[in-house]
Amino acid sequence: MGSRASRLLREEEIEEIKKETGFSHSQITRLYSRFTSLDKGENGTLSREDFQRIPELAINPLGDRIINAFFPEGYFVLVIFREDQVNFRGFMRTLAHFRPIEDNEKNKNPATEPLNSRTNKLLFAFRLYDLDRDDKISRDELLQVLRMMVGVNISDEQLGSIADRTIQEADTNGDSCISFNEFIKVLEKVDVEQKMSIRFLH
Amino acid sequence: MLRCGYALFWLLESVLLICVVSSVKGEAVVTREGSNITGIPIISFKWHHVETPYLVAFWVLVSFLGKLVIEANHHVTSVIPESALLICFGFILGGMIWAADKVQTFRLTPTVFFFYLLPQVILDAGYHMPNKLFFTNLGGILVHAVIGTCWNAASLGLSLWGCQMGGAMGDLDIGLLQYLLFGSLMAAVDPVAVIAVFEQVHVNDVLFIMVFGESLLNDGVTVVLFNVFDAFVSLGGPKIDAAEIIKGIVSFFVVAFGGSLVGLVFGLLISLLTRCTKNIQIIEPGFIFVLGYLSYLTAEMLSLSAILSIVFCGMCCQKYINANMDENSVQTVRYAMKAFANGSETIIFVFLGISAIDKVIWVWNTGFILLTLLFVLVYRFIGVFFLTWILNRYRLVPLEFVDQVIMSYGGLRGAVAYGLAVMLDENKIKEKNLMVCTTLIVVYFTVILQGITMKPLVMWLKVKRAAVTEVSLLEKLTNKMFNHTLVAIEDISGQIGHNYMRSKWKYFEENWMSWILMKPSARKKQDQVFDVFHQLNLKDAMEYVTEGERRGSLEFVRNENSIIDFKKKSESESFDINNANMSNDHGAIRDPIPSVSLEMHEQIMKAVREAEAINAHHLLDQHLYKSRKQHRHRFSRSHFDINRDEKEVQEIFQRTMRNRMKSFTSAKMGVKPPKTIVKHTQKEQQQKPMKILSRSFLGSEGDSASGYDQSYMRATYRAGAGIENPAFMPDLDPMDLLQIPPWLGESELDSSMVALSHRAQVDLPRTPSNLRRLAPLRISTRSTASFTLENIPDTQHACVFPQNCN
Repeated sequence: MGSRASRLLREEEIEEIKKETGFSHSQITRLYSRFTSLDKGENGTLSREDFQRIPELAINPLGDRIINAFFPEGYFVLVIFREDQVNFRGFMRTLAHFRPIEDNEKNKNPATEPLNSRTNKLLFAFRLYDLDRDDKISRDELLQVLRMMVGVNISDEQLGSIADRTIQEADTNGDSCISFNEFIKVLEKVDVEQKMSIRFLH
Repeated sequence: MLRCGYALFWLLESVLLICVVSSVKGEAVVTREGSNITGIPIISFKWHHVETPYLVAFWVLVSFLGKLVIEANHHVTSVIPESALLICFGFILGGMIWAADKVQTFRLTPTVFFFYLLPQVILDAGYHMPNKLFFTNLGGILVHAVIGTCWNAASLGLSLWGCQMGGAMGDLDIGLLQYLLFGSLMAAVDPVAVIAVFEQVHVNDVLFIMVFGESLLNDGVTVVLFNVFDAFVSLGGPKIDAAEIIKGIVSFFVVAFGGSLVGLVFGLLISLLTRCTKNIQIIEPGFIFVLGYLSYLTAEMLSLSAILSIVFCGMCCQKYINANMDENSVQTVRYAMKAFANGSETIIFVFLGISAIDKVIWVWNTGFILLTLLFVLVYRFIGVFFLTWILNRYRLVPLEFVDQVIMSYGGLRGAVAYGLAVMLDENKIKEKNLMVCTTLIVVYFTVILQGITMKPLVMWLKVKRAAVTEVSLLEKLTNKMFNHTLVAIEDISGQIGHNYMRSKWKYFEENWMSWILMKPSARKKQDQVFDVFHQLNLKDAMEYVTEGERRGSLEFVRNENSIIDFKKKSESESFDINNANMSNDHGAIRDPIPSVSLEMHEQIMKAVREAEAINAHHLLDQHLYKSRKQHRHRFSRSHFDINRDEKEVQEIFQRTMRNRMKSFTSAKMGVKPPKTIVKHTQKEQQQKPMKILSRSFLGSEGDSASGYDQSYMRATYRAGAGIENPAFMPDLDPMDLLQIPPWLGESELDSSMVALSHRAQVDLPRTPSNLRRLAPLRISTRSTASFTLENIPDTQHACVFPQNCN
């Protein structure tokens, strides 16, 4: 199935990705063939348009944001921008967040947490809210996400009050923004490991 | 209430009439035969003349009246499923007839059931089957249908035999083979009963399709098992050797696949036929019913599985019929099918009830009956849990515990089992009446008792599993976000829906089958449908922008929060009330209330806050979009449009496209350097309709984004390049100026798209007329856009729609 690939995956690469992300060999090759089937330009990287071509994402309220999350950031003269292309490594790195947590990984040193640890999963979710990367979810950012996820029958005032209320409930230090720690605290009872995990096919 | 009073009264009258009539029957025969005409009769009572059709019509009427009475009160039907009530109604009727006639003159006979009542129910099921869902879960469904049914049959038969050996059932003359035969007819989960009950208990897609699919496909197994064991019973014990057993297994494959094949052939036949029936649209629907019925009968004739045949016939032809036939015909087919299916179901259940009141068949053996009930239930649970445990290791989305319980509990037996039981040969099987009786009791138990308790059970389980603690708004929102994220990642990583086989099939289907089976105009229309969708989308976006223009400021545009405003439909009532409440409360606070003490004020504020809190939670609950993982009620016997999903999906889709358009166009004018042109051929410029979304939406990922990048060619016009007079713009092809978002695969120009923007041009207040004349096709005239560039370098819409800013 990988016969369409213009570039085959080398063993060393597979090993590296395996170490970095924790996927198994067969999962990596399977995801690579998916990667190449998405890559229309056949240049070994995916652009935003390649993602947007997946039709189901168009009917997912958070589709475009999640596409965004795949593209790594870069810094360029004090301006944060996102690159337009993601290579296979980056693709896998993002997907790695969604691996289920296995028991033998739980006791790792927190400094070198695997990509699919609870904290990293929560960080991924946090970043879906926090577009400008200031580590705070402001009212506007919350409003944007709310607007995306809610039907058209809610007026803006109502949405605004929902956003206010949300921040009110979660904000503990009174800065009317939700920081990452406050975010973690709110979600401490949620089974993030299960809700943010997919079992990847072997 | 008055109305059902009348109905009941009328009903009683009719039943009494029938009893009178049947007793009159006897006399009428005698007098007719022997009489000589002595004078010309003015009126004569010709009962025999009309007996059969009259009775048929009469019973149909009675059943429907029964349904009328039952459905009169919604409170009752929400607790007790309709099927149970119909059976009870049948009991009453049976009792009345029994009282009048002392013998049960009406019964559900196998012939009537299998040939006249069952086919339309199954055809309806097949025709409205969600194909994609079905085939995605086909593995699980097959495992449950085949292995589950075999397990049920074997375990039931063997256990009962074991119990007889152990003496728990007294003195019965049933051999092991007969037990196995009994087991095989008891094992099958019944589609009619399943639909009837699951209609009320809203379960999620996957669960529904598993149980429903299983109930349809297990007919293949049931037919084989029944015939095989029937043959074994006839042959007798000693004659069974390995050869016979092997023949049995082979016959399973032949029956199952043969039946499906017959169905497929008929389905293709229907599709081909509808391609040519343009001139006889009025009886087009008739073809479907007739051919569907013929597929059933053909399979039955070849001793293949008739249910499988008609199911696959319906599943195969859905798509092509809907494409080929006229809109009215499609509606007619849908409606008629539902009407027939519903009607048949009603009659089946009523007669199931009536058949019970018959002294002939009642043979009571406590041990047998109770043990059967017990085993049926227990083995169903064991079977489902075991098989699901195995399946879950290969499934991406494992079936949860609650779902498994519902699946086990939802294994209802119904009329099919009864029909098979009545078909038993009483010469070979001495205890046939006992078996019939037991079957009836099991059917009643499952349909009535399990039907009634299903809903409360589900509620109880769900409540138990849901967290009782109060969930904060952020948690709710983030949970929802997790759902959506997971669905998106599944789609991106190709876990669900992307499959080598599936894309191959899609390719084959699109290029070969659609060619043969769909009318050429229908094929084009399919694309056009999405074209229209897309055009609507663009049109919306353009209206939105002209709206902004009219308001004179672009705050409107920049303010993301007001994006949806123009799409807002008229507000619902609750909405109004909410609004009113909130504004009232706010008003109360804002107005100065010097006379009210501070305490009161505090309380009011608290109440307001709580009201807001409740409002907020409530609003969020009501309006958050559902994700794919959630419970969606898709299949209903009696209702058509239960899919709120489509509206939601449309909203999300339009919004996404709008946003993409914006970001895309902003990218054009923004910071990004022009991209390389990938593929750009001259001739593509001349092509006509834009097959835009149809391709991408229908998921044919084989299209390359060919000419889109030519628009990038012009990206070199940078912001602030100065006001350029469009009159002096080099004569560009309209293609080049058209900003085609890259995800819209093809690069073809849609003439109507052009026309739209022309209209938009006309609408805009300040477009100088010579501009219009000069470049009627210049939609996203970069030229005019450049006017605005100085003012709004980063505005999204600027370069797509020509406009002027003040």
